[in-house]
Amino acid sequence: MKGEVMDLPDDYEVVIGLEVHVQLKTKSKMFCACSTNFGDSPNSHVCPVCLGMPGALPVLNREAVKLGLMLGLATNSRIRRRSRFARKNYFYPDLPRGYQITQFDEPLCEHGSLRIGMGEGEKVVGITRIHLEDDAGKNVHDPQTGRTYVDFNRCGIGLAEIVSEPDMRSPQDAYLYMREIHSLVTYLGISDGNMEQGNLRCDANVSLRKKGEQAFGTRTEVKNINSFRFVKHALEYEVGRQLDVLRAGGRVVQETRMFDSHRGVTVPMRTKEEASDYRYFPEPDLMYLEVTDQMMQEAKAALVELPGERKRRFMREYGLFPRECEALVASKDLADYYEAVVRASGDPKRSAGMVLTELLGALNKDSLDIMQSPIKPGDIAAIVKALASGRLSSKMAKKVFAQAYGGQPVQRLLKEIGSKVVDQEQIAKWVDEVIAAHPDEVRRYKAGKQGLMAFFVGQVMKASRGKADPGITNRILKERLG
Amino acid sequence: MDAIGRLLDLRELTVIVDEQGNVTFSDLPADIREVARSISGVAMNDILTMGAGQLRDAVRNRELSPVEVTTAFLERVEAVEPQVHAFLHVDPELAFDQARKTEADVMAGRGGVLAGVPVAVKDIFDTRDMPTTAGSRVLEGFRPPFDATVVARLRKAGAIVLGKTNMDEFAMGSTGEHSAYGPTRNPWDTTMSPGGSSSGSAAALAALQAPLALGTDTGGSIRQPAALCGVVGMKPTYGRVSRYGLIAFASSLDQAGPMARRVEDAALLLQVIAGRDPLDSTSLDVPVPDYASQVNAGVSGLRVGLVRDFVEQDGVEPDIRKRVLETADVLKEKGALVRDVRLPHAGYCIAAYYIIATAEASSNLARYDGVRYGLRREVPQGGLDAMYRATRSEGFGGEVKRRVILGTFVLSEGYSEAYYQRATRARTLIRRDFERVFRDVDVLLMPTSPVAAVGIGERAADPLSEYLLDEFTVCLNLAGLPGISVPVGLDHAGHPVGVQIAGPPLSEVDLFRAAKAVEDEFSFYTEFPDL
Repeated sequence: MKGEVMDLPDDYEVVIGLEVHVQLKTKSKMFCACSTNFGDSPNSHVCPVCLGMPGALPVLNREAVKLGLMLGLATNSRIRRRSRFARKNYFYPDLPRGYQITQFDEPLCEHGSLRIGMGEGEKVVGITRIHLEDDAGKNVHDPQTGRTYVDFNRCGIGLAEIVSEPDMRSPQDAYLYMREIHSLVTYLGISDGNMEQGNLRCDANVSLRKKGEQAFGTRTEVKNINSFRFVKHALEYEVGRQLDVLRAGGRVVQETRMFDSHRGVTVPMRTKEEASDYRYFPEPDLMYLEVTDQMMQEAKAALVELPGERKRRFMREYGLFPRECEALVASKDLADYYEAVVRASGDPKRSAGMVLTELLGALNKDSLDIMQSPIKPGDIAAIVKALASGRLSSKMAKKVFAQAYGGQPVQRLLKEIGSKVVDQEQIAKWVDEVIAAHPDEVRRYKAGKQGLMAFFVGQVMKASRGKADPGITNRILKERLG
Repeated sequence: MDAIGRLLDLRELTVIVDEQGNVTFSDLPADIREVARSISGVAMNDILTMGAGQLRDAVRNRELSPVEVTTAFLERVEAVEPQVHAFLHVDPELAFDQARKTEADVMAGRGGVLAGVPVAVKDIFDTRDMPTTAGSRVLEGFRPPFDATVVARLRKAGAIVLGKTNMDEFAMGSTGEHSAYGPTRNPWDTTMSPGGSSSGSAAALAALQAPLALGTDTGGSIRQPAALCGVVGMKPTYGRVSRYGLIAFASSLDQAGPMARRVEDAALLLQVIAGRDPLDSTSLDVPVPDYASQVNAGVSGLRVGLVRDFVEQDGVEPDIRKRVLETADVLKEKGALVRDVRLPHAGYCIAAYYIIATAEASSNLARYDGVRYGLRREVPQGGLDAMYRATRSEGFGGEVKRRVILGTFVLSEGYSEAYYQRATRARTLIRRDFERVFRDVDVLLMPTSPVAAVGIGERAADPLSEYLLDEFTVCLNLAGLPGISVPVGLDHAGHPVGVQIAGPPLSEVDLFRAAKAVEDEFSFYTEFPDL
């Protein structure tokens, strides 16, 4: 089923809700001044606060709040002007205080929504809540000594947890939702959004119900889904597993399951009875989080056009195909680049073709990012313009692009070709000369001898000494010969 | 200056704390002792009984050197510790280091507000250069990598940190007996408890081991031992003093505060430690008034509410009731307007307090898991859970375990609504009671403790009877209000009695004024226990 959409069952409806953890891209941790840098030597970014030393107290990172607000605004959530933090209590070596500072009964954002898919498949997924919390450290097991060590560098880094409504009806929906969140958080600079590095993590609640039924079926929670690919794999497996259980007349057990990416299956982790009692209560070390008008304004000012909106605008304003829009907004940098080309060329359609086919093709081949492109938007626009005016054939445009990409100045390339290529008026003149010089052939052509077209083209090429574009010549000849 | 120079080199002095926690010093060289006495006209005994403000002035005027002052108090500690056991850790070397630094500052004309004044610090405050145990085995030998904000402020003001004082483990207790390092004794009667949990700080003051002490008060832990030891202790408004570096018991109730033998000294100490701290989000961003200069403003026109619910309660000893009523008369004579007030929801205080405090404690104490610092007991082949269990079983004392279990229960699913949530609603009602009475009066007068003295061993076996000792103090913590206990004399058995004055948020100036007026009448600071 690679890349394919699974066949959904006819008798059961799939219900999926996601809990997505987004690691916030702040310089310092959520409640202390330690760096959030990834990949440094273990326990090099720690202090009394994030280590939970006796007497140390948390101080809320204002930048994290701003990113949380941006996320809330971008998902049309209702922002609570007064939210508060709570303690989630449990014992684990990577949790130095013995509790996580999170938000419980009064989260920062509620009642939002996110649009996924396009055109026919477009739908809205409800967002129950978005709350702020801090991350735990990482246990590192050393198989040599059999001992477990803890790295607290990640401990205390800010997270936003986005809890969706159970509005998704297929693993494909869930995949599109994750993609949408990814482009949203990377667009807004809220997170690096790298699933493999754990910047973006997802747990899924999955259940099935008989078609037409209102009540939800028993759900399982699937954890450890740490790549986009796994979102589909894990959920397709889990849906299939539950379907087998139900069709065989069995009952789904409410439990937490873990996705084993090597085997491509989900395995039981703990049942409902084994679930922890987190004993939530308001965090007394922090005041209520009051969101001021100024904070709202700052968050709003930091919002840029979101990928979904941009995609729809590209379709509307530029008349592009959904597939093209999708590809162009995949990253903000790419979409920005494309729009720079459009501004300079005035030709959205041809610009999209050049950027998506020629430029991305070349960049992919060299494993380069759009930001590392050796060719500037203005140069692409110049090629697009030459193409549109007919000065360049599409074949020649490809050639010019390749040379420009290779480092040759576009203006010089176009000038050189310009001495070879002549404009349409010149070609029209040559065409008229050729027609006037060969009345017999013209008559025979008009009588149905279509094969003479090649003769005329050849004559024009001869007259132009090879400078005329065969395509244009062909077109003008056809016009003239009726 | 030669003599001072020799004192400054006093490096051979070492302190020995034995298993029972008794402190002894290696002998001070006799000639140094002599020199210390001879370099000023002030005798050692006078130094011990001087107020903190007086000591500071003498140091600033170069009548006394910080080294002399430090020597005097360290000698006193050495002399009376075997009877009192107020300290868990004394570090003469560090004290002299600070004394010399302060000395240099004074010579350069930069004497701080507490220049050369020794302070005894409750062992619940983080100190980067001394062990910090909070009276618990689980933190035995723990040295924090940082100073509590209040300790840093003390040092900056030129104070000399003498050492760390004994306390009930994690401040859970009202008698000092729940220390893992042995009980502190009441200097007025060493068969008696000094109260708790700031047992060592209160006892050290009464025993003249220090002129100032830092305490913390979660449910009365400054005020109650102050009353039982005949000293002054104030719990400031919640947020007035930073909690950064104060090892948490119950975070929404904990508050650090000053203890002293005189009201104006307590005011001076609060002056230094109060104020906004960016490291504590709950600290108040309100300017700190000049407390010390206003203590003598008198009580003329001050509206005082006598809390009848407390004064008339059955459990209050007659001597205490009598002393509180006498105090009311004194205030009236001095121009205050005294009237009776009622707190209708006062009866819920103890229950609400013990639910909220234990709930928060169960979470705050989760970090003592043996993973990163302090005690760790590994169980061969036992794995992680066994290590947790062994470490916490061995590291925590009985009272701490009792409260952690209670707190875990009141927060657990299915019970949280009946206990924790309900307690927080009771807390709101109690807070409203106070808001209402403070529309009509400026301060409240009530007993600090229902009893004047508690024998060592008397209550420890019966937790509930010990919890009732906090009856008149916990209500202020629940409401976040300031309160001060000031001694008014001795009961028939020779045990000190304190009265408590409380006020609305940030009314510390009024509390100091009223307490000073009471102190002026009884002058209890001129009386000392025989040790």
